Amino acid sequence: MTINITMPALSPTMEEGTLAKWHVKEGDFISAGDIIADIETDKATMEVEAVDEGVLGKILVPEGSEGVKVNAVIAILLEEGESAKDIGEISDASEIREVPKPAADKKLAVKEAKPKTANEQTTSTTKTTQTPTLKTGERIFASPLARRIAKEANIDISLIKGSGPRGRIIKVDVEKVIKEGLPIKAKPIKSSIAVSSGMSNEAVKALYEIGTYEERKNDGMRTVVAERLTEAKQTIPHFYLTIECQLDNLLKARAEINASAPKNKDGKPEFKLSVNDFIVKAWALTLQKVPEGNATWAGDSILYHKVSDVAVAVAVPGGLFTPVVRAAESKTLRQISAEIKDYAIRAKSKKLAPHEYQGGSSAISNLGMFGIKQFAAVINPPHGTILAIGTGSERVYAKNGEIKTGTFMDVTLSCDHRAVDGALGALMLDAFKKMIENPVMMLA
Amino acid sequence: MSNQYDVIIIGSGPGGYIAAIRASQLGLKTAIIEREHMGGICLNWGCIPTKALLRSAEIYENMRHSADYGLKSEKIEADITQIVKRSRAVTAQMASGVAYLMKKNKIDVIWGEAAITARGEVTVSESKKPIEQPQNPVPKGVLPQGKYSAKNIIIATGARPRILPGIEPDGDKIWTYFEAMKPKSIPKSILVMGSGAIGIEFASFYRALGVKVTIIELMENILPIEDEEISKLAQKRFEKNSMKIFTKTKLVKVEKQKNSITAHIELANGQKEKITAEKLISAVGVICNTENLGLEKLGVQLEKGAIKINEYCQTNIEGIYAIGDVAGSPMLAHKAEHEAIIAVEKIAGKNPHPLDRRKIPGCTYCHPQIGSVGLTERAAKERGYKIKVGRFPFIGNGKAVALGEPDGLVKTIFDAKTGELLGAHMIGAEVTELIQGFVIAMNLETTEEELMHTIFPHPTLSETMKESVLDAYGKALNM
Repeated sequence: MTINITMPALSPTMEEGTLAKWHVKEGDFISAGDIIADIETDKATMEVEAVDEGVLGKILVPEGSEGVKVNAVIAILLEEGESAKDIGEISDASEIREVPKPAADKKLAVKEAKPKTANEQTTSTTKTTQTPTLKTGERIFASPLARRIAKEANIDISLIKGSGPRGRIIKVDVEKVIKEGLPIKAKPIKSSIAVSSGMSNEAVKALYEIGTYEERKNDGMRTVVAERLTEAKQTIPHFYLTIECQLDNLLKARAEINASAPKNKDGKPEFKLSVNDFIVKAWALTLQKVPEGNATWAGDSILYHKVSDVAVAVAVPGGLFTPVVRAAESKTLRQISAEIKDYAIRAKSKKLAPHEYQGGSSAISNLGMFGIKQFAAVINPPHGTILAIGTGSERVYAKNGEIKTGTFMDVTLSCDHRAVDGALGALMLDAFKKMIENPVMMLA
Repeated sequence: MSNQYDVIIIGSGPGGYIAAIRASQLGLKTAIIEREHMGGICLNWGCIPTKALLRSAEIYENMRHSADYGLKSEKIEADITQIVKRSRAVTAQMASGVAYLMKKNKIDVIWGEAAITARGEVTVSESKKPIEQPQNPVPKGVLPQGKYSAKNIIIATGARPRILPGIEPDGDKIWTYFEAMKPKSIPKSILVMGSGAIGIEFASFYRALGVKVTIIELMENILPIEDEEISKLAQKRFEKNSMKIFTKTKLVKVEKQKNSITAHIELANGQKEKITAEKLISAVGVICNTENLGLEKLGVQLEKGAIKINEYCQTNIEGIYAIGDVAGSPMLAHKAEHEAIIAVEKIAGKNPHPLDRRKIPGCTYCHPQIGSVGLTERAAKERGYKIKVGRFPFIGNGKAVALGEPDGLVKTIFDAKTGELLGAHMIGAEVTELIQGFVIAMNLETTEEELMHTIFPHPTLSETMKESVLDAYGKALNM
């Protein structure tokens, strides 16, 4: 019996992904553990390993296919002694993509995959539209026609308000949404429809002369960034607190630690801590010292986290990642430094695994290296806060009636006011400032 | 006794009496005014008595063909007096049923002709219209003529036959449906002017009784509102049964002789012909009963001869509603009933769903029957739909063949893009009882997929419906 290779779920929340690349071709022999394909999800490109061995009989989903549903059959593996003839007829790969059926169930002889014609569909149609359900498992009442029209327009039917009997969603409701857009709060599945500002894609393009711009299609990462940050700015009541921190003691401590780093064989120091590593550590400790601030808004409750999982924004071409330094309060500066370096390298080649960038309760965004004096960052849901780090610069200040100079940086804390109030945010910044200005306190 | 009502309904046809029952159910103090017969035209001179007549015709036809079924029968005769008597008895039973329903629901019945004399005021006086005989009994305990007031008035006065100049009914040789429903004898020949449902049903009835029937239709096809393909099939079938049918034909004039009429007609190609028949049935449509209701004085707007209403059956004047035939086409009893519910629920402050005119089925009880709902193929194309059309003939259906009714077709029209069932058109035995399957499907907004997943019982004529759906997607099995 042939074996179906299905689209893997690379994370618990993954619903679909892009089949970015096939590493094998039809007819190749595959052993368990072989890397057969690259799958691109929201944020990462993952390699898919073969679980079984056999000859790759047929690739059903070609390279570059977007929106491939989790568990859809992407290829068929032949076991020993089987040939391509053992593969059931697959008249349309997309049909199988939606509702995987064991290949052995197919009755007819193999044919080259070709465009579907009515005659080739089996009578018990395989593309039954699933009854949609809310995340809570509650059934959504919608007419089959409404479901189909919504599906074809890539509209999440759960976001539509029904006008039929007992709130059933009917055709006119979906057509209204297609024409007028979703009501506030609702968002379409695909950002191409409406993560834009409310103007249609066409309306935006119409403002600019063709040829004066280069149009780049949004990839998965861009789409997710757009969706999440739009969601954040529209749903999270942000407020911002800025404080100035003197860095002289920290810079001194950093220089001393780096100077005493042991050398490796090539004579290079084994580590070199950055100011940012200190910041991450200090912020992780702050979240412990002011535990009410280590909070996530969860609708009907607030989650107070026990550990400090601090996400660090890493810019990559075309977007950014926020890998999470887990339990950063318990890690040494060296560990934090090494972890962030590793994350940064892998983020640039999109090799981060979803579990590495999901979760966290707060984040650090540092634009100091670009000379930015001060800025306010957008909270990355579901975090409760994000700390924006400005550049360290030499400034004139007064102390005990004397004019002095020192190195300072401005940091701005963005808070989700639902979970973190102003005074609480201020307490957090105060604790943070004390540790930055007197790094020895990090040991306390 | 107070003369103050929440709702007064003028007319007790299928729209009016249903409105009264619903209003009573919702706790509204309700009265209904009728001038002639409980149940209106539908029950007394329309839908119901014609079905009784057609049933007689059907049984007669079956008996005449009994040998086909291995049954011998001799000396079969149609007794028109008894056929009409039975038909009248059916109407009497149904009309008394309506009177009973009024009583049961504590609805006052006011007898006489109504006019809205002021906002919220209805004056009932003696009807000036001659009563169509035989009249079914007036219910007991009706309220007398006089002034009545109501917060809301629903006009449900129906329609009557359209009279064309030159073929005014004379009660003798030129008939409307009234006379055609109660013939004293079976004429030898009949000319039917107009091939809508009414004309075709009478043509079918008289043809079955052995009358030489000629039909004249001005439009391109008989049953002009039906799907062209169905109309053409019907015409073929009728012609096979020795009806003579002229389409795209004008009636120039009618001459009356002592015992016949001669119609001068102009054919599509301009050729002129004369047709002589014993009787002429004028079935050229109906017109709304909007007169003498006081509408002009109140400023109630009309449109194309019908009272203009919005989606909740409200006229432009607050507190005045109109439903059924008087509120415009399609002039069908079931549309009136549905509007009745909408109007009353609106009055009661409920939140009724407006009528979706695309989902009103239509039935013609000729032989073979015709039933349809939704868009015709032509209408779907004109609206710019890319369509998938399925067809399934009765000859491929075991039950139809067993019944000896292999003539028929089920045609389904789907929107190729969404799978929406846009229309269904059927001709064949009992299709008037089958069509509601598609009506439900359309109302629930099923796509072809759900229809294909539905199990239809075997052996039934309804299997043709499923096959037609399958055929639209190239999957018909028994063909």
